[in-house]
Amino acid sequence: MKISSEQFKGNARKQLANEALQSNLSRFGGGFADRRRDAVVKVDDFEALRDRGASIRAEVLENLDYWLLKFEAEAQRRGTQVHWAETGAEANQILLNIARNAGVQRVVKSKSMVSEESGLNEVLTEAGITVTETDLGEYILQLANEPPSHIIAPAIHKSREEVSDLFEKHHGTPRTDDIPALCEEARGQLRPHFLAAEMGVSGGNFLIAETGSVTIVTNEGNGRMVTTLPRVHVAMTGIEKVLPTLEDLSAILRLLPRSATGQDITNYVSILTGVRDEGALDGPQENHVILVDNGRSRLLGGDLHDALRCIRCGACMNHCPVYQNIGGHAYGWVYPGPIGAILTPAFLGLEKALDLPQASTLCAACEVVCPVRIPLPDLMRVLREKELTQGLRPWHEQLSIRLWRWLALHPGLYAFAARWGTRVLRWLAGRDRLLHSLPGLDGWTDGRDMPAPQGETFRDQWRKKQAAERKIIPIRVDQSLPEKTAGLKK
Amino acid sequence: MRIGFFVTCLVDAMRPSIGFASVALLEAAGCEVTIPDAQTCCGQPGFNSGDRTSGTALGLAFLRDFESFDAIVAPSGSCIGMIRDYPALFTDDLALQARFNVLIAKCYELSDFLVNHAPKPLSAGQLNLAVSYHDSCTGLRQLSVKAQPRFLLQQTQGIELREMKDAEICCGFGGSFSIKLGDIATQMADKKCTHALETGCDAVVGGDLGCLLNIEGRLRRRGDQHTQVKHVAEVLAESLVNTQLEQS
Repeated sequence: MKISSEQFKGNARKQLANEALQSNLSRFGGGFADRRRDAVVKVDDFEALRDRGASIRAEVLENLDYWLLKFEAEAQRRGTQVHWAETGAEANQILLNIARNAGVQRVVKSKSMVSEESGLNEVLTEAGITVTETDLGEYILQLANEPPSHIIAPAIHKSREEVSDLFEKHHGTPRTDDIPALCEEARGQLRPHFLAAEMGVSGGNFLIAETGSVTIVTNEGNGRMVTTLPRVHVAMTGIEKVLPTLEDLSAILRLLPRSATGQDITNYVSILTGVRDEGALDGPQENHVILVDNGRSRLLGGDLHDALRCIRCGACMNHCPVYQNIGGHAYGWVYPGPIGAILTPAFLGLEKALDLPQASTLCAACEVVCPVRIPLPDLMRVLREKELTQGLRPWHEQLSIRLWRWLALHPGLYAFAARWGTRVLRWLAGRDRLLHSLPGLDGWTDGRDMPAPQGETFRDQWRKKQAAERKIIPIRVDQSLPEKTAGLKK
Repeated sequence: MRIGFFVTCLVDAMRPSIGFASVALLEAAGCEVTIPDAQTCCGQPGFNSGDRTSGTALGLAFLRDFESFDAIVAPSGSCIGMIRDYPALFTDDLALQARFNVLIAKCYELSDFLVNHAPKPLSAGQLNLAVSYHDSCTGLRQLSVKAQPRFLLQQTQGIELREMKDAEICCGFGGSFSIKLGDIATQMADKKCTHALETGCDAVVGGDLGCLLNIEGRLRRRGDQHTQVKHVAEVLAESLVNTQLEQS
């Protein structure tokens, strides 16, 4: 997938000016969040369920190697072939080899974010294989030649009118704005692809170690057809998606749909195990799982480790005010929103996504809904720290942080700076006591005024008042503490 | 009860009236208020920009300045939120961490302190004002400040509280975010202004000056010169002065 995370600021600016997108975002904005709120109150103790989800995921990651090997052994025992890919490119190559060996010319796909990471569609198309996305959102985006903007609702940025235009152009059918009619039309278009394809490619929401199964959670039914009709099925998924048991799956399944779309359960939950049984009428004759690392193992045991707990529900982006104002494309890679602000720099390298960890007010709306309690704001802060310590922030930012800290550690100088700073600001403000522009702070003043300081600083006023009324309270100095900066690593 | 009042750097520099209003409220609630003169900042601007030392060094300074008080109060959920994070920064010095744990257990956001921890309840004031309350993020999510300021506003005679749509959604301040990603911050602030104005309130009220500056800055840029933007402490202190005037 084309990466534009480096241009986040420009992307965001473009999306803020994109009237169609803004209208689509405000039309649906908060829709998933409202549905989640209504769904979780119906569960006895959703917070306890979140604890359970977090601990299941955390425990798996503690012993990820064990559970993956267990998954591999159980899957192989049931006839599934397991492949390991270190990178996205390697995963694509493995899949291409499987396709070539099986004489595949047509592939149908259900949604797989890992295949977006690896750019699978381009690779297959270049190799002369026809790929058809069958998730409705992904199908729309394939026609529009656009990447997804949301991990569970990939075409959420598109209005019904835009979809009508696309269908009219590509299907050559009479234009309709009626949503059921549009769905029916897509279904009619996709049916022959399902029937003709020799290979189905799916993602995998979860891998079940005790049975060697791949679980997919869908609403449209296309996933069932992709995984059972063609003679070859390949599931491509990340190595972190493993769960020890079906019991664990059932706990996680209580969390995922409610967090994602506010559904108690999705329309389809498929647990795919092994190949077609002797004499059975459906199911793939060849079943493969490609376990993709693509940067994940680098996170294990490090300070971003907790991000690997993610079960890809999208709740963080549904609740993120930044995402809700700019949409998913601005983030410039597969994963948008708060989790994307962590995974994109983690997978692609920090220098490729410098603005993403900064693209948050740390309001924590994501953290309080995450079904597996990923401390998203803390992880963004970890990345900010890396940017600063690796010298990746602009020099003036690094300098101003140091200067500010030095001042804040010298109360006398700090008071002096505050005294004179407020005087200058008051002098610069107009008669309306507002600052309409400030050199170096145009990020603020381009869209907002800055109310000028009221007058002398509080502490200057307080000190005068104290001197007039009573005595000045002496500063208590505690000798048992180290000097303010002594013993601290710079 | 001896209170160490943490003014916060924004209130100190930008709007001292919030500081004086807070002191008046704390005294009215039966506290003896002290303002340690060496205080500066909780460290959050640097810490959230990725400078851990800002958190540790200013955390130590805060401990030194405030440890001796019965309780520490600040007119900001954001700063108290930062202070509550200090112990996590001292995992390699358990004795020090324990002292921080004792410290943070007695650090409160102003409205929370007045409602739940003050020696005596704040008496009801009088002020004719229609207000809409914006929930600041850290106060709301980290400190569960939600009902406290509303209780204080609603017990005031003459105040009408009108809830805005999406009161809990961030206004777009976020410290340096408001400058680094000013375009996005502006649009977030703009939505907040729209929702507040939809209530027809006289004043947007909040508990954190950062958010208030952001909201007021956007309101004024939109050409709204009359909607007031006030800290909850200012509104309450004013309402108490009115009651005292009536009684005298």
